[in-house]
Amino acid sequence: MERRSCTVEAADITVTFSGVDVLKSVSLELKPGEIHAITGENGAGKSSLAKVIAGVYRPRLGRILLDGEEISFKNPREALRHGIALIHQEPLTLPDLDIAENIFAGHHLVKAGLVDWRSLYARADALLAELGVTLDPHAKVGTLSVAQQQMVELASALSQDAMVWIFDETTAPLTPKEVEELFKVMRALKERGCAIAMVTHHLEELFLISDRITVLRDGEKVAEKATAETNISEIVQLMVGRELSSEKLHAESGSAAAPFLAVHNLSGPGFHDVSLDVRPGEVVCLSGLVGSGRTEFARALFGITRATAGSIQLGGAEVMITSPRAAKQMGIALVPEDRQHDGLLMPQAIAFNATLARLSKLCRSGWLNRKKLEQASMGYAERLRLAYRGQDQPVMELSGGNQQKVVISKWLMTEPKLLILDEPTRGVDVGAKHEVHKLIREQAEQGLAVLMISSDLPEVLALSDRILVMHAGTVVAEIEGKSATQEQVMFAATGQGAA
Amino acid sequence: MKLGLREWLALTFVVLVCLFAGLKDPRFFGPKSIDSILLWLPLITVVAMGEMLVIVTREIDISVGSMLGFTGIAVGLMFKANPHLSVPVAILAGLGVGLLLGFVNGALVTWGKISSLIVTIGTLAGFRGLSFLVSKGDEIDSSMVPDSLTSLSTKGIHVGHVTISVLLIIALVVAVITALFLRFARLGRDIYAMGNNPQAAYLRGISPNKITMFVFCVAGALGGLAGVMYAARFGFVNPGSAGQGFELTVIAAVAIGGVKLMGGSGSVFGVLMGCLLLSCINVALSVLGIDANWQLLAYGLVILAAILLDAMATKWHTRKAAA
Amino acid sequence: MKWRALVPAVLLVIATFIGSRLSPKFLDFHFLLDRSTLVMETGLIALGMTFVMICGEIDLSVASNMVLTGCVTAKLLEKGWGIPAGVAFACLMGTGLGFLNGLLTAKLKLPSFLVTLGTMAAYRGAAQAMMGPDSVKLPKGFVNLDESYVLGIPWPVMIFLVIAVITAIVLHQTVFGRWAFSTGTNESASRYSGIPTDRVKILVFALTGLMCGIGSCMLTSRLGVARYDLANGAELDAITVVAVGGTSIFGGSGTMLGTILSLFLIDIMRSAMGVANMKAEYQLTAIGSLLILSVLAMNLGGKIRLSKRSSAGAT
Repeated sequence: MERRSCTVEAADITVTFSGVDVLKSVSLELKPGEIHAITGENGAGKSSLAKVIAGVYRPRLGRILLDGEEISFKNPREALRHGIALIHQEPLTLPDLDIAENIFAGHHLVKAGLVDWRSLYARADALLAELGVTLDPHAKVGTLSVAQQQMVELASALSQDAMVWIFDETTAPLTPKEVEELFKVMRALKERGCAIAMVTHHLEELFLISDRITVLRDGEKVAEKATAETNISEIVQLMVGRELSSEKLHAESGSAAAPFLAVHNLSGPGFHDVSLDVRPGEVVCLSGLVGSGRTEFARALFGITRATAGSIQLGGAEVMITSPRAAKQMGIALVPEDRQHDGLLMPQAIAFNATLARLSKLCRSGWLNRKKLEQASMGYAERLRLAYRGQDQPVMELSGGNQQKVVISKWLMTEPKLLILDEPTRGVDVGAKHEVHKLIREQAEQGLAVLMISSDLPEVLALSDRILVMHAGTVVAEIEGKSATQEQVMFAATGQGAA
Repeated sequence: MKLGLREWLALTFVVLVCLFAGLKDPRFFGPKSIDSILLWLPLITVVAMGEMLVIVTREIDISVGSMLGFTGIAVGLMFKANPHLSVPVAILAGLGVGLLLGFVNGALVTWGKISSLIVTIGTLAGFRGLSFLVSKGDEIDSSMVPDSLTSLSTKGIHVGHVTISVLLIIALVVAVITALFLRFARLGRDIYAMGNNPQAAYLRGISPNKITMFVFCVAGALGGLAGVMYAARFGFVNPGSAGQGFELTVIAAVAIGGVKLMGGSGSVFGVLMGCLLLSCINVALSVLGIDANWQLLAYGLVILAAILLDAMATKWHTRKAAA
Repeated sequence: MKWRALVPAVLLVIATFIGSRLSPKFLDFHFLLDRSTLVMETGLIALGMTFVMICGEIDLSVASNMVLTGCVTAKLLEKGWGIPAGVAFACLMGTGLGFLNGLLTAKLKLPSFLVTLGTMAAYRGAAQAMMGPDSVKLPKGFVNLDESYVLGIPWPVMIFLVIAVITAIVLHQTVFGRWAFSTGTNESASRYSGIPTDRVKILVFALTGLMCGIGSCMLTSRLGVARYDLANGAELDAITVVAVGGTSIFGGSGTMLGTILSLFLIDIMRSAMGVANMKAEYQLTAIGSLLILSVLAMNLGGKIRLSKRSSAGAT
């Protein structure tokens, strides 16, 4: 069956997660033969918009129209049945099966009720050729690179005659050459009359390929421009034009103390040649785009992965950090990016979580002193202004902001000298965000060295004394916190060179 | 057909055991020992096919031995009531009874949302008790099992001095059907997809509940078939001992045959090799005059070796992927 | 999550009531105590298994461990080892075999289900290879522990109760117990919090091994002989006891009290069925059904609590 070109219109889409609107009445039109880029800062809602169109999320308000007809998808499968395909950053593959099966799983070609392998492979060959890639359809997908796996996913969508394609940060894990290959395919799809949406924050890429650009900010659509009529600096202005609602929280004066953490040319999985230092009393921010190597660097600092080259000095002495336990004993604390997976024991109580990292110190004899634990936990709950019902309340019942406070109190309780925070306010509502900021500054004032990873530019500008910008695995710029502007940081983060 | 690394390994193991045993004592290649290998093979093969499907789907079925026992008893009682029951009807009845038991497992796993390990530990005891209940504790003895049934293990194709019994032919037919099903039926391919990555399979329109239910039903039906074959092979069915501990042998055969125990991959040929390997070890031990008491230890070590190989292969694979 | 222990508690009361209607013996404490000596090894193993399952793992090799340890110890005693040395050896050996399970599981990142399936066959296989069909008699001073009493309680029951109290305290009142819950709830987050999760896992397997070692002494003392085919299927009994006691097979929740109650529940159920002249084999069906029904009930209970919670949270 050959599908005809079609237009998708998202009208006044509002998406709400746990009470927070991540998209506010956004409209978007994808036309046949046009590549429409959706861009914005991390957390601006661009991915959510893509996922609503592809049937992953259901909007609270608003409608999706396919050629003028209202449709609603229960799941991405139904969207694909209507010809709308979502291409993920990390393809969802069947690693032990071969390419042809990954293309056709769930809709195998059959003849007389039996899987018709011959035409399956022939068709797979044809689809791959159509995409211009040379891959053996018999190869197991688990052995392919991410770029190749994406091509398999593209072929799978192509095999179902998708006419609307949504690329969600698809270029992020690819090398420049692989991106070029992907763009070729996207142009070919455009020629076929497909409507294409492309979610990205890589501005150069967007100018290379798109016809139209929609900029989102804080869940709202701030502009839609024809690519030919705009330029990078205008888009950057639109992206970062967020209001700096939070008051400035910089240090009164620069810290004169000797650095607690000094890293020299550290390399490891996902980052290379990173050098930086953090002084007690100072908030240093690692800024940059998702995938620029910030989280990977933090994980190596905390002993979850091992650095392969370079040195780490803590308090002037060179150290090897081999496990989170070792890192903890050296006075390092990490508030991880993925709160649910790495930060909290969701079904367990607040006191259980908050005292977990400090357990053997609080209970030196090995006996649980519940009263002592609860008191310790309550003390921090008060200091951090945690809103809770009781210390035995499971943390999964708390809001995102309060959950984060539990993680932070867990680490403050260990009395660390260096506090690393990875996206500390992700999924935290605006009011709680500011509280977390104040908290971080308070800790620095008490002599803690703070290294914060954040993609939230206003947060970075409000809080940090120094901003280090990472791009493609290494630090590319250092900017004074007080005088930095959003444009400066964003330019460096997109690899435009320090401004 | 292309063989994967794990199938080659299983095959190599079989050849090594045979060579070793044969060189030590040429009687290993004599008709008598080949006959006993071939007699040993059918039961385990049939049950292993069902267990393989379950394991590929990332589940486990511990209750296969009890399903075998119960069906053996049930079919034996049918013969007792009607000694002229025809063999094909008995086989169909066995499949049907087994299917029912498998359905119970499947229902508890899919709808009851209980882990398959717990469910089948429960039904392992449950079905075993049921066989006592229906048999009132009495054995189905040789007087109740008609010759038409027991002859399945003696009649067959004679190749020289070696007999390929009807039981073995049934087992091979089951294996071939399973292989064809896994290769050519959409549902068969969906089982692999589901075992590979349940989330990805779901997004591709494959229903997890349907697959889970299906594999437990098949494991039950084949366990039932094996119950009838057990009666044919031994001429009696004891409600306590028929199939007892069989789950271990079967899971061992599946593991050695290169079925990934975390699900998602495995082939009928590999499982056949696994079954053959266990049979060969068994017979080799007796031909070499090694105490049969070493058999279980050999099984255990072979399972551990298979798991370790699996772990090493995975590690090697990830390292290669990282490089 | 303590409410899960309610299921076996309520069932225990019901079972005792039904038992007492069948025979007044069920109100006789001594009758119950004497009967329960038969299940004390299973009980000990279940105590260890509670730790293992709370860590999110499983140990299928417990019965085999107990038998292999029992056989080797019996051989040593036959060779003239003293009884204290023999008992000490049994404890050490059981711990060692459990330790091996833990090592393979934690360090090689293999699923414990598979590792212990392998060692389940290997341990019992080793016992069989060593013993053959023979049985080894145990020396006079070693046997019939179950017929001697301390404070009016049979020794095995006393030992079990003491160890049960100790393990309950370790699980619920110590840092180590917390670590076990934490590891089973979320291994990654536990590691990020600096908990030595691998070591915790190895330790719980070793602890279970220790229980097998002590259990092997009780078992062979009661039976007077050691054979390779003793305690067949005891691993399933132990898992049943733990699961009925409210410990989740997915880790992170459970209580020692639940396990203890569930042990006596199953024991009384068995006794009652015995008094009612139900054959041991029929009882299997009842126990199997009990396992499935109680896990179903707890799943359902969890769902109801969750839905209550979310409706309360929405307001």
